Amino acid sequence: MQLTVNGGSVEIGAGSTVAGLLEHLNITRERVAVEVNLDIIPKAAYDIYCLSDGDRIEIVQFVGGG
Amino acid sequence: MTLENDKLIIAGREFNSRLMVGTGKYADFQQMVRALEVSGAEIITVAVRRVNISDRNQESLLDYIDPKKYTLLPNTAGCYTADDAVRTCRLAREAGLSDFVKLEVLGDEKTLFPDNEELLKAAKILVKEGFTVLPYCSDDVILCKKLEDLGCAAVMPLGAPIGSGLGIRNPYNIRIILENIKVPVIVDAGVGCASDAAIAMELGCAGVLMNTAIAGARDPIAMAEAMKLAVIAGRLSYRAGRIPRKLYANASSPLDGMIA
Repeated sequence: MQLTVNGGSVEIGAGSTVAGLLEHLNITRERVAVEVNLDIIPKAAYDIYCLSDGDRIEIVQFVGGG
Repeated sequence: MTLENDKLIIAGREFNSRLMVGTGKYADFQQMVRALEVSGAEIITVAVRRVNISDRNQESLLDYIDPKKYTLLPNTAGCYTADDAVRTCRLAREAGLSDFVKLEVLGDEKTLFPDNEELLKAAKILVKEGFTVLPYCSDDVILCKKLEDLGCAAVMPLGAPIGSGLGIRNPYNIRIILENIKVPVIVDAGVGCASDAAIAMELGCAGVLMNTAIAGARDPIAMAEAMKLAVIAGRLSYRAGRIPRKLYANASSPLDGMIA
């Protein structure tokens, strides 16, 4: 299935969870926040929340700022 | 007089340092880490941005900052609407597991002045959602009062435009804010050099927040130390109580016992 992640398109197996997507992208879950179609997914739900084709996902982290 | 029992208290949390610093604009992470250490700051601001998913070899800020050592204060820099700022704060809380946020809603790219109408709207929502809101705002006591009444944990009026280094351009406005606001008043933005930080503290501010003044200095590590000392000196000077300003001289040496 096709997802839009941080504005770019990502191809991943159907039925993947948020945890599966993070693993696929090589991202450590502790340091990020994930939003699916504008809803924030709590870390505790990463393993059970299944993504759907066409989902729009934001994965953010802390960077230097003032 | 010492500053031993002079803690900064924000939303019930105690801090020893009244200097808050940003983590942006450093030459590299090593320089940032050293500047943060030297500054003695306990609260540091961070921004919330997309993870680069195409290049996963990039180092991340949290490889260099221990969230147990510092209180991270995520900002909403770059947000121009209340909705975007609220969304960013919710993401920040999920990423950092803390309720502290530096709320900024900008009105214009050239001045980076706050859009106070959107700021109030966002602050209201965030306070209701349990965030500890520290808003970057104009140096306007009426606005600060509204932010305080909404339940913000502090108010952070600007001294001058962000990154301008122009210093505290309207100390009288800051004084009026200090006389009328009970939550901590922290000057955020505008500081260019150590004396600017000292002036903010001598006015009676609870703290000073800066980024560019340190990161953009020729020697950021030395400037971090200068800022640390300036904030301490300014605070001591405020607590010690300055002499009144007089137009004419007042001799320091006795007039009795003169030989002629």
